[in-house]
Formats: sequence, C-alpha cells, structure tokens
Amino acid sequence: MSTNEVAPTNHLSDHQVTLEVNEQAVVLNVPAHRTLLDGLRDELCLTGTKKCCADGECGACTVFLDGVLVNSCLVLCVETEGQSVTTIEGLSTNGLSDLQEEFLNSGAVQCGVCIPGQVVAAEGLLRTNPHASATEIRDAMAGNLCRCAGYERIVQAIQVAAGRRVEIT
Amino acid sequence: MSAANDARAMGAPVIRYGGAERVSGTQRYLSDIEFPDAAHVAFTTLPIGCASIESIDTTPATTMPGVIGAFTAADLPAPMPRFGISHKDRSVIADGVVNFHGEPVVAVVAESPDLARIAADAVIVEWTELAGVYDLDSALADGARLVQDAALRTDDHKHSNVLETADYAWGDLDEQQRETAHVVENTYEFPMVTHFTIEPGGVVAAPTDDGGIEVHSPVQHPYLLQRILADVVGLPLSKVRVIAPDPGGGFGGKQTPRYEPLMAVLAQRTQRTCRLILSLEETFQLMRRSGCRVDARTGFRDDGTVTFHELRADFHIGAYADVAPRVMTKGSYVGAGPYRIPAVRVHARAVLTNTTPSCAFRGFGAPQVGWATESQIDAGARLLGIDALEMRRRNLVDLDEAFIRGDHEARADGRWHQSLERAAELIGWGEELPEGRGRGIAVGIKPGATSGLSQSLVRLLYDGSAIAYAGTSDMGQGARTLWKQILADELGVDLDRISIVSGDTTAVPFDLQTSASRSTVFMGNAVLEACRDIRQRVLDLYAEATDISIDSLEAAPGELSTPSGTLSLIEAAQVGLGSLRGEIIGQGTSRLRGVKGHPLGGDAAFYEFNATAIEVEVDRETGEVLLTKHVTVGDVGTELNPLQVVAQDEGAAIMGLGHSLMEQVLLDEHGCIRNLGALDYRIPTFNDVAVEMISDSIENHDGPGPYGCKGISEGALLCTAGAVGAAVADAIGTPVRQLPLTAERIWHAMQSANAEQPTN
Repeated sequence: MSTNEVAPTNHLSDHQVTLEVNEQAVVLNVPAHRTLLDGLRDELCLTGTKKCCADGECGACTVFLDGVLVNSCLVLCVETEGQSVTTIEGLSTNGLSDLQEEFLNSGAVQCGVCIPGQVVAAEGLLRTNPHASATEIRDAMAGNLCRCAGYERIVQAIQVAAGRRVEIT
Repeated sequence: MSAANDARAMGAPVIRYGGAERVSGTQRYLSDIEFPDAAHVAFTTLPIGCASIESIDTTPATTMPGVIGAFTAADLPAPMPRFGISHKDRSVIADGVVNFHGEPVVAVVAESPDLARIAADAVIVEWTELAGVYDLDSALADGARLVQDAALRTDDHKHSNVLETADYAWGDLDEQQRETAHVVENTYEFPMVTHFTIEPGGVVAAPTDDGGIEVHSPVQHPYLLQRILADVVGLPLSKVRVIAPDPGGGFGGKQTPRYEPLMAVLAQRTQRTCRLILSLEETFQLMRRSGCRVDARTGFRDDGTVTFHELRADFHIGAYADVAPRVMTKGSYVGAGPYRIPAVRVHARAVLTNTTPSCAFRGFGAPQVGWATESQIDAGARLLGIDALEMRRRNLVDLDEAFIRGDHEARADGRWHQSLERAAELIGWGEELPEGRGRGIAVGIKPGATSGLSQSLVRLLYDGSAIAYAGTSDMGQGARTLWKQILADELGVDLDRISIVSGDTTAVPFDLQTSASRSTVFMGNAVLEACRDIRQRVLDLYAEATDISIDSLEAAPGELSTPSGTLSLIEAAQVGLGSLRGEIIGQGTSRLRGVKGHPLGGDAAFYEFNATAIEVEVDRETGEVLLTKHVTVGDVGTELNPLQVVAQDEGAAIMGLGHSLMEQVLLDEHGCIRNLGALDYRIPTFNDVAVEMISDSIENHDGPGPYGCKGISEGALLCTAGAVGAAVADAIGTPVRQLPLTAERIWHAMQSANAEQPTN
C-alpha cells in the first residue's frame, strides 16, 4: 500500500514589493512564491496577461519587464522590486495600436487567449528589429504558442504593421 | 435576385466579433472573471493510473484554518451518481478506485487557491496499485482487468474492455479478394494527443437564492451541460442556469461535462460560490483524442482501381465513454474514404483503458482511420508504380455518386475532384524535386452533423439596431461574426449596430451543440429564418399601419417595396411600429431529424471534404522533417467570410501537423502521463509551419447552409497525416506507419530500408 503524503510547508507569509505597472506605481503584498503573472492577474486584476502553461513554454503571459520581454510566469513578484512592467493593458491605452489593428485585419484572432501575449511579443520584436523578415518574425515569435494556429495570419499582421512603421519613420 | 447577389456583408472580410477585446486583453475568459467571495477548489489525485482507494484521511486538510471542507465519495449519495451522454458511467468523484491518472479522489474547498492546493496535498490517501490496462493489447488480452465494473454496465460487451463496436459492410468482399491480383496489408497507428487549449479548464458553480444552481463553464454545449447537471443534482432545467463564457479554444475538448457535476455538488454542500481553475497539466487529464490502431487490407487492379478495402480499427478510448463511442462509430463510418470501392468491410471497436477519457477532437475519428486508408492508397500506388494523384483521380467519386453503399448510402455532395486537382496544381504536382525532398497528396472526408436543432431569436429595435440570440459557443471559429453578417444583409442594419447574445441558458434559446462544424449551417439557417420572419412581420405591420394592401408590398433583404417606392426595412419597421415604438421579434428554427436505423442516427447534413498536398525535405542524417510546402483545399460551398475561412483552414491544417509529426501522450508502466505539460509535450509553433503555406477553397454554392455554405472547421486536418506520411515516404523511399513521424522513427525507417528491400 502507498500513500500520497506531502511534507507540509508554509509559504504564505507576505512580502512587500514596490514596482511600476503600466506607468503607475503599485505596492504588492505577496508571498515569496507568487509569480509576476499571478500578481498581475490576481492582485492587480490585470487579466489581459493570460495563464496557460505556467512553465515558460507558451508565451501567453508575455510582458515587458524593464523594456525586455519576459514570461511573467517565470518571474517572481519579489524579484521585480523597483522595476517597470508593461502589460497588454499598457499597450492599449490610446485605443488599439497599429499591431492590434493589423492582427484583426489579418484574421489572426481566433479564440484569442494567446493573442495578448502575441501582441506584446510582436511589439517587443518590432522595437528591437523594425525591419524583421518573415523568418526573423517566426524565430522571434516561436515561444508564443497559438493552438488555433493563426501563425500565418500573425506573421502577416506583424509584417504589415512593420511596413507601416517604417513608412512613417 | 437572390440574397447572395445582394450581399454586402456576406462574403466580405468582416473583422471577428469580439476581436478588439481579444487583442487588447479585455476579453473575459472564465479565469478572468471576478467572483467576489468565491471559495476555491483543488483536487487530491494519485500518481497512478489504476488503484483501489483503501482509506482517505482528510483531517490534515480540514483542520487547516480557512479550509471549508474536503469532499470524497463518502460525501455523495450512494449509489454514486454517474453521468454521461451515451453511457452513464462517469462517477462524480472517484468511487473506491482511481480509473485514470488524475481522476479526482478528494475535492478541497478553501478560502484561497493557495490554501486549497496546500490542503488538497495534505490529504492522506492510502491506495493499492491495480493491474491497470494502459494500451490496446493489455486491455484486449484474455483475463485483462475490466476498466469498468461489469455490474455497472448494461451493454453486450460488459465482460470485456470493448465498450461498443461498429460494423459497416457492402459488396462481396470474398469474391473481390479472389479476383484481386494486388493486395496490400498493413497496420497503422495514430497517437493519443491532447487538445492543449490555451485556456486550461475551469468551472465556477454557485447556489442561487431560489434553490437552484448556476454553473459557469466555457463549454461548447451549454444546453447539454444544463441537462446533465439537472439530472445529477435533481433540479428542473429552469433552476439550472449555465453561463458559458467564450471558450478559449475548444477543438471538441470542451463539449461534455466532467467536473461540473462535482462543482455543482460542492456549491450545494458549502452554499458558496466554488471556483476551480485547472492547470494545463490537469487539463491534459481532462481531455484527449482517442488513439487508434488500424489493420488494413486493400485490393487493387493493375490500373490502380481499388477492388476491396477491409479495416479493423481499435480506438483506445480511455476510462469512461464520454463521446468516444460516437467518435469510433462516426470515424469508421467514413473509414473507406470518399472512394468508389465495390466491397468494403469495416469492423471498429471502442476499447476502454485506464487512461484519460478521450472525447471529441477536431475531425472526430475520421483522421485516425483516414491515416490508414490514405496510406493504403499510397501503398497501392508504390506497388503498382502509379502516381499517387492518378490513383486518387481513378478512385474518387464524382458528384452524387455513392461512396458509402449498403442500406444507408451516402453520396458525394460536392465536386470533390476540383479540390484534388486544385491541391495538385498548387503544390506543383509532377514537377521535379531536388534530392532529399518528397511530395504527398491525400484527401479527407468527414460527415457533418447527422441531426440537429438550433433556435434563434432576433430583435430589430426601433432605432435600427438589432440583437440576435444564438446559443452557439464562440470558441475561436467566430460564429457571431457570421450572425452579424447575416443580420446586416437581411435586415439592412449596420454591422456596428448589431449585438449577439450567447452563452446563457436563461437568456438564449436552445441550441443542441457547437460541434461537427455544424453552426454555420444549423444556427446560420436559424438566424437567417429569424431575419426573414422579421421581414414578414415588418411587411404585415407596415400594411396594417398604412392601410396599403399586403399584396402590393414585397420584402427583400434590407428593404420593403411599396407602390410608392422602396424604403429601408428599418424605415418600414418604424412606420409599422408607430409612436409606441417597440421592436420586431423574429424567430428561426433549424431542425434535422435523425433517421431510424441509420448507423449514425441520420444522414449527414453535409460532408467536409479536403485535399491536402505536402512537400517535405528530410534530413538523411537525423530524420528531421522540414515542411517546404503545405497546400490545403476545402470544398466549402460558399465562403461567408474569407478571413475566417482561411483562419480555420490554416489553423486546422497546422494543428494536423501536430499528430502527424510531434504530438503524442506517453504513459509509463503505471499509467501515468510522462509528458504532462508544455515542457515535454510539443505542439506546432511558428517554426513548424511550412516554408510556404497555401490555403484555398472550392466554391460551388452547393451547401445546405446560408447562401450555399457548408461547415468548414475540421476539413483541413482530416488528411494532413496522410499527405505528410506520403511525402516522407517519397523522400526516404519507405513508409512509416506509426504516427507521429518523429525524427527518431524516420531515422529508424531509413536504416531498416537500407538494410532490406523497400516495402509497400
């Protein structure tokens, strides 16, 4: 006979963390194990950042941390003291961005759960590589899974948005 | 002039309904919705596929401050309530035994998700491993442990692990065999795969003030869930409200109830709103596609004509029936493919195992059997030295020709050769390929819904805006976009002045289900009928208000013709409604009754037909496959929204690459899932899509849906494996018959082929 005994642990005591989220200063009181993803969703009600694998594999929880793309499920809130986070909500403050518009125009949005992460990842790509080729887009976006598999549509959306940005600048 | 010719919105690339919310992150999926004061639920499960539960000690959990309760089988009525669609075999919670890895043994309700998890882990369960059956061979072996207690079964096979069988036969197979010179015989395997919806599973259940229950679940079939909940908790339908937020991906995985009955019980017992949000790992243990092994014998004449086709298909369905017997029945019904075959014999079985209960998954059994049949056609082609495209040209049925014979014939409802030829043309069939490359072509077929009922209400409001009530779950296919397009054209209402209400059994009329690519046809026709009902009502009301004879009025899409000229339907409605204002309400019903004695319960409303052509490059050193070109062509009837058609087709085609090349649920010897979660279970990414991907459609306006459309959401996945397999075989000179075609399998096949004569 076997049992499933698990050693009891107590990891619920809170830590205070001060950070900036979408240009607003916030203070979180969270246990040490709380991920940035759960902190954003559960403490700050910023549910645009989505939770799927919680393993750093799917990209649904992609956000900017001090301007760098991260999987927010792999970052702890307590690690973000003094840092700045931008989520999909922070990219949508003045209506839809050009990328968001092109996602819609290209038919890239099906069920939509991966889409906020895709938009954030695409924004990060275009900020670092404004002239990204299709191959570079695929490589850069390969960490963002879409089970509806709108991959071709998303590549098209990013290409169109990139073209527009280059025209404007 | 027909409505289609007048169409403005129809056929246009109208942006997805709810799209802006999805790109900006404001779309609320179940886990995004706040339920103030909700209690949280976590399950205690065992690291084993099959075990008897000897004892459960919940006190380590229940003594924790903030734990509301820990519920086991002992807390449920005896006998244990069981539920299911065709077989009421699934217990609300594990009842003395664990039948598959992940089956909940204890449900802990606590004040926070963390606490629920910690408390569920603290529960002590003593268990003894049983001789579980985790694959087809052990399940079918003499003396195999029965997955389900025979005393609880009423079917003919209850003393075995076979739950149901299906047999289809026509023609004189023995005679054909005697006269056939060329016979190929092979065994094919199709893996268990999981849906991997990006939204993991979840349920929220709450007691209502009137003694009823309210369940929030992102399901494809809210009305089925309502029925099953009413049955399990003993309430009338009117007191069971199902609210279905848009599923974040369904693919068949979110059709049937699983944890909802347990959650309803927990809500009733605790009188709290109970919230359960599953991890992706737990979601793997909630849904999967049935694996399948097919033994196939196929006869050919010298010219490649198929003379007979014999299939034995065993579906590896898991611990409970769910909808898997139907997957087996429906998938094997089209097992012989869309071909003109004089003699066919199909024997299929749904086999219980101690694994995750399998359910619907895009393609619904057709991809599993189709993998074998398409590969057999290619085996014949290789044996006879005939081109694979030519083989299909010679055997594929023409419009209105029977491809399923016998008592309940099925005839081609489309010009399917056109799809085949288009796919061949787009892939550049026949053009020379560089060394190391290969090309394959395959066709797939799937019956659409064989019965159905969709009801819709449409309200044309005084100000010229409109609301449609349509119970289809919008899980990514974009159903509501199409309803908007229909309303826009039929009523002359601006697209941005239309709202669609769905996902609430209290507010929205009945819809049987969102499955089998049915919604555009069934609900589409219901919405269309409701709009036409409104037009007639506007005409009648206009005549009444103006004293103009009904006979001199004529309603058309978006307008009303009168003796003094044409006015918009909205203006006519305003005249008719007068100073009291109000609204015009239209109703539409789309019903397909079943056929008694039909093996599927009825004739399919339409068939999804697809032709896929694939070009690959195989690395001779590693066996890795690079897709250089992927062409999918669907017979869609009419493209109502080209953006959505291409999204569905590409999406299904790429999803098909998953089971073709990389996806498989792997078990250890104790029935535990070894690759549980995204780290070890790979699905297609941006980098797995073909270098060049082309999606195209054949439009003959010959479907039963609005404006001649057919359902389309599954087609492009039906024969992906066949095309990939043929392309790989072409590249390496030998076929691989076990999916997925991993680099390892391909490498081994190349090594064996170098050592032996090539096989067919």
